[in-house]
Amino acid sequence: MTQLALVIDLNVCVGCHACVISCKEWNTSGNAGSLSDLHPYGKDPTGTFFNRVQTFEVGEFPKTETVHFPKSCLHCEDPPCVPVCPTGASYKREEDGIVLVDYDKCIGCKYCSWSCPYGARELDEKQKVMKKCTLCVDRIYDEALPESERKPACVMSCPPAARLFGDIHDPESDVSIAIREAGGYQLMPEWGTQPANHYLPRRKTRMTIHQDELVRADNPLNKEHYAEPEFDDPSLDDVTSW
Amino acid sequence: MHPAFSVILLTTLIGMGQGLFLALYTEQVYSSLQVLDASRDGQFYGIGSAIAVVLLIAGLLASFFHLGHPERAWRSAAMWRTSWLSREVILLPGFIFFVFLYGVTHLFGLDTTIMNIGAVAVTLSLVLGMIATALGFLLFVATGMIYACIRFLQEWHTPLTVINYLLLGTASGFTFATAYAAYYAPELVSFYAGWAIVLTSTALITRLSSLIRNKRLKPRSTLQSAIGVRHSGISQQAQGSMGGSFNTREFFHGKSDLFFKSIKYIFLVMVFLIPIILLAISFYQPSKMLLLSTITVQYIGLMAERWFFFAQANHPQNIYYQTIS
Repeated sequence: MTQLALVIDLNVCVGCHACVISCKEWNTSGNAGSLSDLHPYGKDPTGTFFNRVQTFEVGEFPKTETVHFPKSCLHCEDPPCVPVCPTGASYKREEDGIVLVDYDKCIGCKYCSWSCPYGARELDEKQKVMKKCTLCVDRIYDEALPESERKPACVMSCPPAARLFGDIHDPESDVSIAIREAGGYQLMPEWGTQPANHYLPRRKTRMTIHQDELVRADNPLNKEHYAEPEFDDPSLDDVTSW
Repeated sequence: MHPAFSVILLTTLIGMGQGLFLALYTEQVYSSLQVLDASRDGQFYGIGSAIAVVLLIAGLLASFFHLGHPERAWRSAAMWRTSWLSREVILLPGFIFFVFLYGVTHLFGLDTTIMNIGAVAVTLSLVLGMIATALGFLLFVATGMIYACIRFLQEWHTPLTVINYLLLGTASGFTFATAYAAYYAPELVSFYAGWAIVLTSTALITRLSSLIRNKRLKPRSTLQSAIGVRHSGISQQAQGSMGGSFNTREFFHGKSDLFFKSIKYIFLVMVFLIPIILLAISFYQPSKMLLLSTITVQYIGLMAERWFFFAQANHPQNIYYQTIS
């Protein structure tokens, strides 16, 4: 069994929104149709996106930290959005675990979006069907592309490489190693949806310095301390046999 | 959640239609068991069923308005094995069909006795009505379960949701039947008014129970589990869009706290208090106008109840959409 997924490193993400833009660019130009925008140059521009970067502030000034948080469909291993779909338009692929929507079957009832705790699904206001991240399914299997480019558009574009892509069921894949060794976690584990996408936590590089490390123990400028043995003390000749 | 007017109409109209049919059939069963004397002529059941069918079809039509692609609605019968919405889509037309047959049997005098069990004559309409009753109850369960089965909406994820849909639907149906009886069979007003009071009062108990339950709910998801950062002081700075998104339109009711709270008291008064008082008066002094206003008040109240039902549900995805920027 294969389960393709993204692993997003929050320690690396700088919140540049490059993944959002490249996702929109690739998927709005794809053969599945455009991701429509409503009044993009008006007062309240709104549109359909598969991927959004949100920003959170952790802590109180001055001890604050900014966390940029990219959010897209997590391709749950037990996707709650799939069984509720009345038409079967929402489905999870057996072969690679990608959760997809068949835009030709979707009736736009929005019921699946109610059954997703992450808010990963968005209704396209023009096409009136439910849309969500496809993990660039039209890209990752495209043999016309060089093998190094058979990755989701967001992964390709991320400048600091905060996004990894691979099979989380293969224990030796890059993503599995990253999850295992860098403390990868799932969002809202309390619902038991088993999201395939994982996040790597913020990590701090800290050095602990003890007082004795501040003074150099073997300082050559120190006068060497030589204790003169007492007359009664055993001399070296008494304790060694050479 | 954002309450869609079409879904409010759908659930209240079909609930009342189902209740009205059940009221008609209850009366027929009582009459054939000779609990009530002098059974009504076919017209009483026939016209009543016709009204029920109109209510149900109106509800069905309303449901199309919340679909993005109404022309593909037929596809929604496909996944009945897993989806309660799909089950409702199958049950609703099935129920309408049997209520239609039941009404036609009565209206055109096609009712014949199939067999006799003791002194009770089992007629064709009794059998058709039995099938329709079973479908009607299943339809209540399916409608309620559409909401109750979503575990993320904790306000809905309780058996009380199904019970409330059942009781509020039958209560409004019996109130409707009381008003209907005032015009076509005045001797039945007290019978229906009695049942309407019993059902409305029971619905009051279960609806209050769900209000109390929901008040004590603790959201299962927090901002901490939503982004996986363990800190008590996290605040959102940006949600990835400036002009809102589907997530901000679909999952927030967008009304003030005062409006939200006042709707609760409005529906408690209009669905339960006023109708119970008016029905109690009608029990002793039937009046057509009084009963018409009773069902009108209760129906408007039910729309407010349904609005509140949707608006009260707090979706965990809202955690990600607290601040625009």
